[in-house]
Amino acid sequence: MMTVSAARTLKNGDSCFVGIGIPSTAAILAKATHAPDLVLIYESGTIDTNPTRLPLSIGDGELAQTALTVVSIPEIFNYWLQPGRIKIGFLGAAQVDKFGNINTTFIGGTYKNPTVRLPGAGGATEIAGACQDTTIICRQSTRTFLEKIDFITSVGYGSGPNSRKSYGLIGNGPTTVITDLGILEPDPDSCELTLTKIHQNVDVDAVIAATGWKLKISKDLEVTTPPTDQELLFLRKLNPPKKS
Amino acid sequence: MSKFKSLEEAIKELVHDGDTIAMEGFTHLIPFAAANEIIRQGLSDLTLVRMTPDLIYDRLIGAGCASKLVFSWGGNPGVGSLNRFRDAVQNGWPKPLEIEEHTHAGLSNRYLAGATGLPFAVIRGYQGTDLISVTNNVAEITCPFTGERLTAVAALNPDVTIIHAQQADREGNICLWGITGIQKEAALAAKKVIVTVEEVVDAFAPRSNSTVIPSFVVSAIAIAPHGASPSYALDYYIRDNDAYIAWNAISKERESFEAWLVSEGLRK
Repeated sequence: MMTVSAARTLKNGDSCFVGIGIPSTAAILAKATHAPDLVLIYESGTIDTNPTRLPLSIGDGELAQTALTVVSIPEIFNYWLQPGRIKIGFLGAAQVDKFGNINTTFIGGTYKNPTVRLPGAGGATEIAGACQDTTIICRQSTRTFLEKIDFITSVGYGSGPNSRKSYGLIGNGPTTVITDLGILEPDPDSCELTLTKIHQNVDVDAVIAATGWKLKISKDLEVTTPPTDQELLFLRKLNPPKKS
Repeated sequence: MSKFKSLEEAIKELVHDGDTIAMEGFTHLIPFAAANEIIRQGLSDLTLVRMTPDLIYDRLIGAGCASKLVFSWGGNPGVGSLNRFRDAVQNGWPKPLEIEEHTHAGLSNRYLAGATGLPFAVIRGYQGTDLISVTNNVAEITCPFTGERLTAVAALNPDVTIIHAQQADREGNICLWGITGIQKEAALAAKKVIVTVEEVVDAFAPRSNSTVIPSFVVSAIAIAPHGASPSYALDYYIRDNDAYIAWNAISKERESFEAWLVSEGLRK
């Protein structure tokens, strides 16, 4: 459901900065269904790529061979991402706070003596800064959705509505947060992430219980449309169940 | 004098204990053969620079070659964590590892400044993150024209940059294509450049998206077929994805990693 929800946020003609995992699957699904003219861009430098299978890594040969053009790393960040040319960016997270700030650096302990060291920033910090809109994809629990995160690797809304402007970040910030329980969107005034949609058969109390801050619920809470047969068929074809 | 040498000679002559080494290749053309040679020769106290440490630096870190790592994303791409990197950062094994951590844009622009002979490069980034307070070589700067707050990243000039390319010609010019990442900037930023290649050809075929590095900026070339495996070399071989997955188990425990070093002939 996270993958399908992510795919549905992409509109035909959008440009999308994609990562490996759910973002890739969602982008390929969107391109195969409702958004054939979606432009996929990977940080490895592949622009308008058309993978026919799931890439194994961000720089998979499949991405280079099916791309309109391949550019260098400084070019992808300096010419394409930084000026705000790319519409949507997908971001994963180990921890998220109520302003959509993200931690992918470490969990527990201190920066110098972490309990669990994570991979770090990669392209995420600048995607969070410069894409026009970003979509965060993260499983929701009290371990991941926290009042205070251990480290801010990528900025969402900082400490509120005025932070992004003061940091010189040109994108709008996280406009959608997709979880396994529902969808959160920033409150138009406070920028605090608010539950606006819930997946079918999920209880609102369960979402509240899985959130580390006092979660606000939209007055117009909707239920997401379950995956269609077409979406499920395509996903099974793209990602056949692993033989154990 | 010919720039063509054996890989053993090239590393012995040009890489020294304590050097700052950049080995680049963004998921493609990762110079694994050269890294194995560095482990085999027992080099130590290296500052290793690389955007994505990948398996290549996981091995060098686990083998005790590094005292510092400069990087921007330290995972096993498409698989998960780098266990030797984590063990070094979390537990100081086999020795403490100092880290200098950037974003991709930040580190790639450190190379860009180095390649263009400037003391720093300017980006819009890092502001509002905790990275700016823990990372050296990053500083806030005010634009002299607009007054905007921007971020300066210091130039990076490695002692040696090592890359892998598809081809060299007989004059020692280098040609690589497909995803060419940060290799050109890393090479031009360095004091010395070692290139391993799949093969030597009489002339390069015309190709879109190819990057040519002229011989006069290259210090040594070593022929190393499959020298980027288990990563891939476009038009030569594909990524050995099973090896990337298998690395998780090999690198999980110190004992299994050390047994692997011996079994690969990298340590006696």
